[in-house]
Amino acid sequence: MTAAEISAALEQEFGARIKSKNLEVLDPFVVIEPGDLVDVCRFLRDNPRLRFELLNCISGVDYLERDAKKAPKAGFEPHVEVVYHLQSFSHKHRFTIKIILPRWKDGKEGQLPEVPSVTSVWATADWHEREVYDLSGVWFTGHPDLRRILLSEDWVGHPLRKDYEFPLEYHGIRGR
Amino acid sequence: MATATTTPVQDQTIVEFDVRTDEMLVNMGPQHPSTHGVLRLVLRTDGEMISEVTPHLGYLHRCAEKIGENVTPIQFIPYTDRMDYLSGMNMNLGYSLAVEKLCGMKIPEKAQVIRVIIAELNRIASHLLGMGAYGLDLGTFSPFFYAFREREMILDLFEEVCGARLTYSYITIGGVHDDFPDGWVERCGQFVEYLKPRIEEYHTLLTRNHIFVERTANLGILPKELALSYGCTGPMLRGSLDREAGDPVWDLRKIEPYCGYEQYDFEAIVGPFPERPPQTVLGDCWHRFYVRMREIPESIKIIEQGIKKYATAQGSHRVELPRHLPPGEAYVETECPRGQMGFYVVGRPGKDMVPLRVRARSSSFANLSVTNAICRGCLIADVPAIVGSIDIVMGEIDR
Repeated sequence: MTAAEISAALEQEFGARIKSKNLEVLDPFVVIEPGDLVDVCRFLRDNPRLRFELLNCISGVDYLERDAKKAPKAGFEPHVEVVYHLQSFSHKHRFTIKIILPRWKDGKEGQLPEVPSVTSVWATADWHEREVYDLSGVWFTGHPDLRRILLSEDWVGHPLRKDYEFPLEYHGIRGR
Repeated sequence: MATATTTPVQDQTIVEFDVRTDEMLVNMGPQHPSTHGVLRLVLRTDGEMISEVTPHLGYLHRCAEKIGENVTPIQFIPYTDRMDYLSGMNMNLGYSLAVEKLCGMKIPEKAQVIRVIIAELNRIASHLLGMGAYGLDLGTFSPFFYAFREREMILDLFEEVCGARLTYSYITIGGVHDDFPDGWVERCGQFVEYLKPRIEEYHTLLTRNHIFVERTANLGILPKELALSYGCTGPMLRGSLDREAGDPVWDLRKIEPYCGYEQYDFEAIVGPFPERPPQTVLGDCWHRFYVRMREIPESIKIIEQGIKKYATAQGSHRVELPRHLPPGEAYVETECPRGQMGFYVVGRPGKDMVPLRVRARSSSFANLSVTNAICRGCLIADVPAIVGSIDIVMGEIDR
């Protein structure tokens, strides 16, 4: 199926719950609300015409321009995107789902934005979500064991956030 | 070490029928030779049986993705070498394709052919090392030396084209760094002729070796559904597929050809294999190993066709990169020796050469996550056999 057909199938099933779509870009995607994620993912995996059995990648992307002078011309508002790259084993097509989140929950700095976990749909989401939480700072509600995976347990901050400050010292090891 | 509580036995006569061994946590790694680098496994054991495996990662973490947000794509190429350091060329290729897709670049035919030859040579080198190290995990030493003898020749060929033996940075954005030197193609052809008869020797050494078969057959069985759910790809997934049951031939070089792979005549190796030893079952360690071994002759076929194509290939070995990375995003996956390696590059909206985000989807990362599911219920001595059959490279997992 082409991306337009996949997107049409999603719109037919979920209607206005598909917030927006963009089929002109290199990897066509739809944007959905976090609350609808598990329903949409289960539909994408189980519908016989779609059959997205493989969740290839979950990425957290932080959109923020740190330089105050450049910020008005940056071309985006500060936000965080969680991107799901899917592939179908049966039909060999690909599709992308995006979730757009505020950088901090309720605007309070340090409160991680929340997305429901899709570990119930694809088991591989377990480690990928732990990595996104670890590096990009997104909290996955309903994840069975959400702890840091690549960094040590007592690490402070999420390095792939654009406003992350490199630590000067870690357990007596000088950082720079 | 932790112990579970046991209920005190009331009736002394039934003691020998109600013996419960204590659970024990065994730490394996990060410096264990069979963990292929710095992987730490915490095994929860009940006697000799494994009840849970918890991998701990991150000992080699360098946050390459953060580095990618601060350097231009060309400057990031050397960092991709250090991800999967056993197949640096394939890593270079994946990232180059992602950036080229974002920029909408057209790569000349000659560069495509060089890329295919080099990528397949590196696949052979990587599979040879995988084979040798797997033998080492299972207690046989000699295949490792034979594998290194052949791998050395490939490294010599690589040294001639780019000067490096492990971290090449040869395939770069827009093509490859240099054209082949004089006489290289002939030497490559000689090496291929040298390697062909050797593969049968490896099959004698390992594949059909009785001890090896006993150690790997019917062990760590990975059903297809589990492999898909855990996102396993590459030889790991192909070892679980059954062509006769109607499973697709899952190889990205076949289903989504890149670099002109559609013009080459080769097979993607998918079971079942009529020549398999009778004790083996589909999806066990032996099948994963055998898929890798069978991929080597297929790569040789591609190289031979590539050498023929190179003689008549048109165009230059490299084209110039645009001055600015366009806004937008591109996700590209390539078939690396260990599975589907994906790169996701997001360009900045302004005129800038530095990407906003670089994401590397590691195949070993997804392959390793299935360890707990397939190790449960096996013996401690079988853990190295199962982890070895996944053929992980920690540099790629931790990035």
